[in-house]
Amino acid sequence: MSKVIKILGTGCPKCKTMTSVVTEVVKENNIDATIEKVEDIMEIMKFNVMTTPALVIDDVITIKGRVPSKNEVLALLN
Amino acid sequence: MFDWLQHFADWLIYSVFGIEVETHLGIALNFFVHDTLKILILLFFIVFIMGIVNAYFPIERLKDYLNKKKLYGLEYFFSSIFGAITPFCSCSSVPLFIGFVQGGIPLGVTFSFLITSPLVNEVAVAMFIGMFGVKATLIYVVSGILLGTIGGWLLGKLNLEPLLSDWVKQILENKMHQAEFQNEQRTFYQRLPEITNGAWAIVKSVLLYVIIGIAIGAAMHGYVPENFFHQYLGGGEWWTVPLAVIVAVPMYANAAGIVPVIQVFVAKGVPLGTAIAFMMATIGLSIPEATLLKKVMSLKLIAIFFGVITLCIILSGYLFNILL
Repeated sequence: MSKVIKILGTGCPKCKTMTSVVTEVVKENNIDATIEKVEDIMEIMKFNVMTTPALVIDDVITIKGRVPSKNEVLALLN
Repeated sequence: MFDWLQHFADWLIYSVFGIEVETHLGIALNFFVHDTLKILILLFFIVFIMGIVNAYFPIERLKDYLNKKKLYGLEYFFSSIFGAITPFCSCSSVPLFIGFVQGGIPLGVTFSFLITSPLVNEVAVAMFIGMFGVKATLIYVVSGILLGTIGGWLLGKLNLEPLLSDWVKQILENKMHQAEFQNEQRTFYQRLPEITNGAWAIVKSVLLYVIIGIAIGAAMHGYVPENFFHQYLGGGEWWTVPLAVIVAVPMYANAAGIVPVIQVFVAKGVPLGTAIAFMMATIGLSIPEATLLKKVMSLKLIAIFFGVITLCIILSGYLFNILL
């Protein structure tokens, strides 16, 4: 089943790094997933996070406030 | 502790590069090499230690603490301390703000956090220890925390809730369920690589600013005559502190870039209090910060917020100049 990945962040450098890390992991491992960037602060607040960037996989917040390593993202997606 | 670095800088500049001692270029380059290395070492260690602290006291836990404990007026002080130990990222200030008020924390207490968070951060502390020594750093940290405490308390007294943006008020009215704080399950050793990587990432992200800041500082150090600023800003005239602060408010520079420049100001005759007030206004308040806050506050509230903090910074500048 295709996974829905959301990256929450208002566009700070860390959020951009997270987006590129996640995009690379998805590409390199041919994971069936859609990546969506959520940049609107009102949308972000609906997820109840206080630190960005945050990584949401299938509506579950998995990482917040830091940039994960590729291995970490891969583990979360499998 | 850092004697060996001075020996190294002397050796590199005077022996290896063969630049004459006591020339402008020699002094500037020596200062640059010595300070860059010292700051980078300090920066890594302090960021690393703060990384460990944060792994154990994530922001959600601090918020829970403020929410559940009865603190009898000390909540402003605690909120300010929490702001100091949490790493600051300007892009997180809005989510943090919402998260706090949504969690039922009073606006004034939230402001305490918001004031101290950019003011006292791991990068500023590392730069301060490196350039001014431990005593001045302690004064800076303590006054930053007090500034947040008093500023937050003052703002809390003003009943500013009606000046929040409409959508923030809506959030306040129908408070959503509170996500319970999830405890981290992993052991310290499992998290150590992540903390180390985080520290490296922060050092890398400010590296350029440190180098530019120290390069400007070094150039000024070598070329600006002693007591040059003394004649303009060092005489202790009453208007020097407000002037320094008001010039600094709209400007934005991060602590990494601004401290080395401040250090030269002080070395060349500006009183430390005036310099610290200038620095606090530069990193604590800025146009970009105001733009971000625009999403959650009305312009009037931002103006009150900036006004109160500017006033507090000016007063602390005077206080330093009297005390130091």
